Amino acid sequence: MTTTAKPVDNGVNTEALLAAREALTAAPEGADFTWRASCSWVHGTYSRSTVEGFSGLGQEHTHRQAFTFDTDHPECFASEDRGATPVEVVLAGLAGCLTAGVAAVAQNRNIQLRSVTSTVEGKMNVLGILGGDPDVRNGFTEVNVHFDIDADASADDIEALVAQSQKRSAVFDLITNPTNVSVSVG
Amino acid sequence: MYTTVVVIGAGHSGLAMSRRLTERSLEHVVLERGEVANSWRNERWDSLRLLTPNWHSQLPGMRYHGSAQDGFMSVPEVVAFIDSYAATIDAPVQTRTTVSSVGVSASGFQVTTDRGVWNCATVVIASGAANAANVPTISSAVPSSIEMVTPLTYRSPERLGKGGVLVVGASATGIQLADEIHRSGRPVTLAVGEHVRLPRTYRGRDIFWWMNAAGVLDERHDEVDDLVRARHVPSPQLIGTPEQRSIDLNALTQLGVTVVGRLGSIRDGVAQFSGGLANTCRLADLKMNRLLNRFDEWARDKDIDVVEAPHRFEPTSVPSAPTVEIDLRRHSIGTIVWATGYHPDYSWLDVPVLDRKGRIRHHGGIVRDAPGMYLLGETLLRTRRSSYIAGADQDTCELANHLHEHLDGRAFDRRAMNPV
Repeated sequence: MTTTAKPVDNGVNTEALLAAREALTAAPEGADFTWRASCSWVHGTYSRSTVEGFSGLGQEHTHRQAFTFDTDHPECFASEDRGATPVEVVLAGLAGCLTAGVAAVAQNRNIQLRSVTSTVEGKMNVLGILGGDPDVRNGFTEVNVHFDIDADASADDIEALVAQSQKRSAVFDLITNPTNVSVSVG
Repeated sequence: MYTTVVVIGAGHSGLAMSRRLTERSLEHVVLERGEVANSWRNERWDSLRLLTPNWHSQLPGMRYHGSAQDGFMSVPEVVAFIDSYAATIDAPVQTRTTVSSVGVSASGFQVTTDRGVWNCATVVIASGAANAANVPTISSAVPSSIEMVTPLTYRSPERLGKGGVLVVGASATGIQLADEIHRSGRPVTLAVGEHVRLPRTYRGRDIFWWMNAAGVLDERHDEVDDLVRARHVPSPQLIGTPEQRSIDLNALTQLGVTVVGRLGSIRDGVAQFSGGLANTCRLADLKMNRLLNRFDEWARDKDIDVVEAPHRFEPTSVPSAPTVEIDLRRHSIGTIVWATGYHPDYSWLDVPVLDRKGRIRHHGGIVRDAPGMYLLGETLLRTRRSSYIAGADQDTCELANHLHEHLDGRAFDRRAMNPV
């Protein structure tokens, strides 16, 4: 691990995160969070999702502002392409989660980051969602993430950063592992 | 009946404590539900050998005297070793005595057994960390045609039915069972979560030689970075065989075992495995290499004469697209082995000393919420060596010292809870 003369600052408050871990271990009920999104159909395959409130630490919280996500399908699917496809939003979520993890782990390991870029690819055979082949699944057949990281650290330490960020990533976990999903109406 | 100290459990830990108490002329009794070394007699599979070499097996007042210093004791040899230890130290063991409750009393503690009630000033819990096997709740979704076993009930591959076997868990237990079951002609699928990869030997020396000599086994509970995590690290992927064979995922893959990710769920008879296998393997490789780096640096700094030059092992090879789903019946899985860890049974403990996960809150074996109560035989109880038989040597020395001070009324202040 490399240390620099200047204190490492990746903009992550690891002391606060470690203090939170300590506090939540003592009061585990506060660790139960609920994340929410609401969605309204607009037209065709175009919908608008909004996230604003969530609960955790025993209370309700509100984001500093409501964030909206427009999702649609591209023109080659005879749609109007007024937003990213929902699966692209998932890929963006994975990249965002892993990158946040890289920054947090780097801060904790005293590694100064200069740049972190990544590309994420989800491979999919759309015959699945089109119902054209019962042997093809709807979701990704594979997901590939590639990171380019410039940091004050050895190649081994950077590899360990990326590995650790996967280990602690919520989105990596929920893409790689099954989750019970219940959908109700009315 | 009254005695100064009641020790619960006559395994290596309880017996080592008995020896320490005898050294101090402290009156005590060791209560044992079955025979001396009971779990070793009744709850181990046939081929099991210790992970630690014989030279490491040392208890207060006894060490391994055989000729195979670098060998690994089989289960009957461990039983004989502990048996002869009990005889050597003349431990006051009361066998076939099951403790049904431990509560607080005016004198300290009251220990109720099926052979009478003991009152005592202090109590030492040495009843073992592996009384029960962990079986995840998803086991309830396993189709009824599939047999399920745990390492506590498993004996040998021949006792399993025909057909494929899904081994869940890749610690020392899981990896050893996957190896022998697959060799018996039952095709094994091994579900691998977070694991610890270690070579049996490195640069011509046993890995325990390195860990012992370089001080890894002496790292203390109050020194490690993250104690909660360190106490939950799975046992290393090691096997004790006369030929000092390494056993890792590459070896199992070569044997023909199908390596898949952590078991996530079972739905309609279909087992789903994590797609994160490559990362868990990479983490284990990185961690192993960090340890080997540490050994190399230590040997260089101390100018230790090691015959072989530093080298690194092949990275774990993971299929480019590991299987993420298996239809258990269509795949002819006849048996599932839950090698998913163990937990202690404290159902008889009527003193409020457990945390929300059912573990005793303790500081290096000194039970936090019940002065006069001590714990032995847990992973990283006081040092990394505590996880192994020889850990009882130093642990009982330090805890007997604390216990003695407690009896003398000197161990009540908070400072005394710190390292003794």
